[in-house]
Amino acid sequence: MLERIICAGLGGQGVLTQGKIMMYAAYLKDLKVTWFPAYGNEMRGGNASCNVIISDQRIASPYADHPDLVMAMSESAVDLFEEAMASGGKLFVNSSLVSEDRTYRSDLMVIKAPVTEVAQKLNSERNANLCMLGKVIKETSLFDIDFFEQSMCGYFEEQGKGKYNAKNCEVLRAGYAL
Amino acid sequence: MEKRIMKGNEALAEGAVRGGCRFYAGYPITPQSEILEWMAWRQPEVGGTFIQGESEIASVNMTFAARALGARALTSTSGPGFSLYQEGIAYWVSAGVPAVAACVQRFGIGDGFICAGQDNYWQAVKGGGNGDYHLITLAPNSVQENMDMAYESFELAEKWMHPVLILSDGTIGQMVEPCVLPPMKEYDMNQPWAVQGCKKGEVNKVITDITYFQDIDEWNAGYLKKMREISETEQRWENICVEDADIVLVAYGISSRVAEGAVNQAREEGFRLGLIRPITLWPYPRKAFAEIPDTCRGIITVEVNMMGQMRDDVIITVKGKYPTYALTTNQRVAKVDQVVAFAKDVYNGKVKEEEVY
Repeated sequence: MLERIICAGLGGQGVLTQGKIMMYAAYLKDLKVTWFPAYGNEMRGGNASCNVIISDQRIASPYADHPDLVMAMSESAVDLFEEAMASGGKLFVNSSLVSEDRTYRSDLMVIKAPVTEVAQKLNSERNANLCMLGKVIKETSLFDIDFFEQSMCGYFEEQGKGKYNAKNCEVLRAGYAL
Repeated sequence: MEKRIMKGNEALAEGAVRGGCRFYAGYPITPQSEILEWMAWRQPEVGGTFIQGESEIASVNMTFAARALGARALTSTSGPGFSLYQEGIAYWVSAGVPAVAACVQRFGIGDGFICAGQDNYWQAVKGGGNGDYHLITLAPNSVQENMDMAYESFELAEKWMHPVLILSDGTIGQMVEPCVLPPMKEYDMNQPWAVQGCKKGEVNKVITDITYFQDIDEWNAGYLKKMREISETEQRWENICVEDADIVLVAYGISSRVAEGAVNQAREEGFRLGLIRPITLWPYPRKAFAEIPDTCRGIITVEVNMMGQMRDDVIITVKGKYPTYALTTNQRVAKVDQVVAFAKDVYNGKVKEEEVY
């Protein structure tokens, strides 16, 4: 098993955290995992992304040259990563921010989810990243939702941000229900 | 055993602390600043000393002084900071001081860039400062190896009474992976060779270039003997699928991770690619090359630089037995596909050996 993942969006959307939560869940599941951020002169509002590789075997490259799974939180994220995706890969698109009439590669599975709108309705716009994670957990067989939710809470507790966990879980579950 | 998710640079710092490091001096520079940041809170916590020097020159020399007092001392830097270290490190060698430096390579000449690079190779393994010397140079390619190499670096340095360099890179420093943390080691800084103060009337000990006190011919002969012994006994490497390879890649650090991906992909396609990963860059693991079959059509170094710096050592090692090439990608880390395609081109005789890459 080898899952090459890219979490991409705009600075401030929490895509690095999205990747770290995936990494943490994989780590707790005793899988091999690497996380690597796009590294350069990034800034708030500019493009941001990270690579997460999850495997049950030793991981060679930490770069997802041809990702099997992309979480695109913005239009530019689709522009940047759709082309390099592995054939048959799953492209998760934040349909709140990506144009409805956009066309995609026919060999990809495109899963659209209005995660920013859903998070906004829960008064938690900044958690759209977690909402997307919920949808990803639903549409893949990587993690069981209860296990993933627990991992996420553990991750935030370790970061000293455990007090927001109730709201975080609510948004994650809302994404899972989409 | 304690296990945690850590960033490469943090693991290097924590590995050093657990290996007994109780002095750190450094000056911030990307992509190694997390080492300094970690030490800033961690050294006080373990009763050690952290100093942000006013410059790299001050930091490398403070590290010299702390080590001369016996403390396990580390300093770390990158790019132009490593250039500023060279005079200081040459003095460490001349004084036989077992201090440890880490260079988290970034790409570029002069100021350079903040992205990962592997263009400090020549500077790291071919001297760097004035005089004939080599640093014992370790090349981690994972967060775990950052931890483990920093952890053992002082014992390796003390075994030979010689400085050790950990040559990492921006990606190995910035990536995050699970990591096992070894137990804390205690180290007594009151070593017989260290400066410990002296009573009235006693002759004070001075730690500087040993040839001030020892006959230079005698010192030279001893140093050469030691270097030859290290060269023979400290070579480390990892070979992957080399024994039947038609093309062999040679890569360290981040490039070795990508090259391993290329070996996996090529083997799935039935193309017999192998990888030699030097774990020590000096001594260069020439013994690893004995496994290459006579039928091999070429050896390719994969490097994040312009000129294929490590290819020099491959040429010295194989002595013309195989053609040698370099896949150099400047400031961008090679992609797996690119490595496989280049290796196929070499196999099919489409690549010319260059004098200068």
